[in-house]
Amino acid sequence: MTSILQYPLPLPPILAHPSSTAPLLITQGAEALLYKSTYLLPSLPCALKYRPRKPYRHPTLDTRLTKHRILSEARLLLKCRKEGVPVPSVYAVDEGQGWLMLEWIEGEVVRVRLNEWLRWRREKGTAEGEEEGELRGLMERIGEAVGMMHGVGVVHGDLTTSNLMLKSREHAEVNDHAEGGEENLLAGEVIIIDLGLASVSRFEEDRAVDLYVLERAFGSTHPRAEGLFEVVLEAYGKSFKGAPIVLKRLEDVRMRGRKRSMLG
Amino acid sequence: MSVLQTISLEHLPADYVVHIAVYREVKNSSSLQEQLLAGNTEFEYALIDASVIISKIQAMSAAYRAVNDLVENRLRSRNVHSEIVFSLSPNNNIAETFRRFGITPTTTNLLVIKVSTPSQPFSADAVQEHLTKSIDGTQAEFNDNVIAGMTDLARIRKIYKLNTVGSKPEKGVANAKAERRELEMLIISSMALRGATN
Ligand SMILES: Nc1ncnc2c1ncn2[C@@H]1O[C@H](COP(=O)(O)OP(=O)(O)O)[C@@H](O)[C@H]1O
Ligand SMILES: [Mg+2]
Repeated sequence: MTSILQYPLPLPPILAHPSSTAPLLITQGAEALLYKSTYLLPSLPCALKYRPRKPYRHPTLDTRLTKHRILSEARLLLKCRKEGVPVPSVYAVDEGQGWLMLEWIEGEVVRVRLNEWLRWRREKGTAEGEEEGELRGLMERIGEAVGMMHGVGVVHGDLTTSNLMLKSREHAEVNDHAEGGEENLLAGEVIIIDLGLASVSRFEEDRAVDLYVLERAFGSTHPRAEGLFEVVLEAYGKSFKGAPIVLKRLEDVRMRGRKRSMLG
Repeated sequence: MSVLQTISLEHLPADYVVHIAVYREVKNSSSLQEQLLAGNTEFEYALIDASVIISKIQAMSAAYRAVNDLVENRLRSRNVHSEIVFSLSPNNNIAETFRRFGITPTTTNLLVIKVSTPSQPFSADAVQEHLTKSIDGTQAEFNDNVIAGMTDLARIRKIYKLNTVGSKPEKGVANAKAERRELEMLIISSMALRGATN
């Protein structure tokens, strides 16, 4: 579950204006705070990503960097969305005040869902390698989504399982599975979030590094998930024209990664 | 009889509200536009050609941005009402924006927005009365169904450069709805990133 942190925190001025429900701090990262709030109407939830000032940085430099990052993330989100890549849409931007307001994705990050799924299987006593259809399905959808993003010329720069969300299905459908069976946990559309370090690039090296980072992220969640990473790669390989070359390049990137870790 | 809607948008100071009205079969658009051009303060409204509006959310987004820019003291045009029209634009070309989104002599479907501020407060009744007196047309409800009936999707796609989105639409009502919703999302993002997309 997403942990809800407590105040006090630096609220961006915009969230200090009245709203039907109080803004909720969802996560506090090194660079950004993420709030759940509402856009225009009480019925329209949004995510507000706020980059507060860094007191240790020179104010002019700080403002410039923040503006650049906010705008860069917003532009890349719009570019992706326009071309059909599953990302949250941008509602509003105020780069001067350091915030970005996004469509609220109802669901959870892949890391959380995957952990729940693995725990649920352990409790049930399911052996590794058994009944893995759901996990394979998820891996496939992730490979397709990442391939789509790379295909439109965007690399993510921080492709971890915390930056991929699984969008809950519409309420009516969720109710069909009120029992909360395991088939639910890994279901849902894969949405790529956090394009804060993303950029426009068609270099296979950049693309391969995205895949490598994701592979390591799966590995740190569970060795079994890393074992199934080939499913991600297989789907990725079919997702756009340049994908097979990226997969070749990934082997080099892995090799360098192993060498680095051997050197400590 | 339909009347205007008064909305307190989320995350704006409480004493700023917007009144929004919709009219169809408007017959005096050219004289309304003349009042605007003459700078007649009685006609300080955002008068928008509803054919380039896809939904309530789009209209409210424009109002939100303009009021927020007013509060933050950074309007780019004459006043908050012209700023609402400017906020609909995907680029920084003000003259072009008014040609595309503002009322023209041929406008028949009209969206009207009036902002009430602490220094210039306007009650819903006062605004409704003035609109009833000034607009020769049939007032309609400000809701997505009414707006949908007025939208010129082809023009909207062109203005926001969204020609490829949903260009292979599958048949069926559900898909038409989903396509509209996706266009709405992209339009709002394009407005939010006005002039900052490169
Ligand atoms: N659009 C969104 N809808 C719902 N939750 C979101 C959204 N964007 C981010 N989150 C949640 O907030 C967390 C942090 O957001 P993220 O953009 O990854 O910022 P950071 O740079 O701090 O990692 C995510 O891991 C996710 O749980
Ligand atoms: Mg993140």
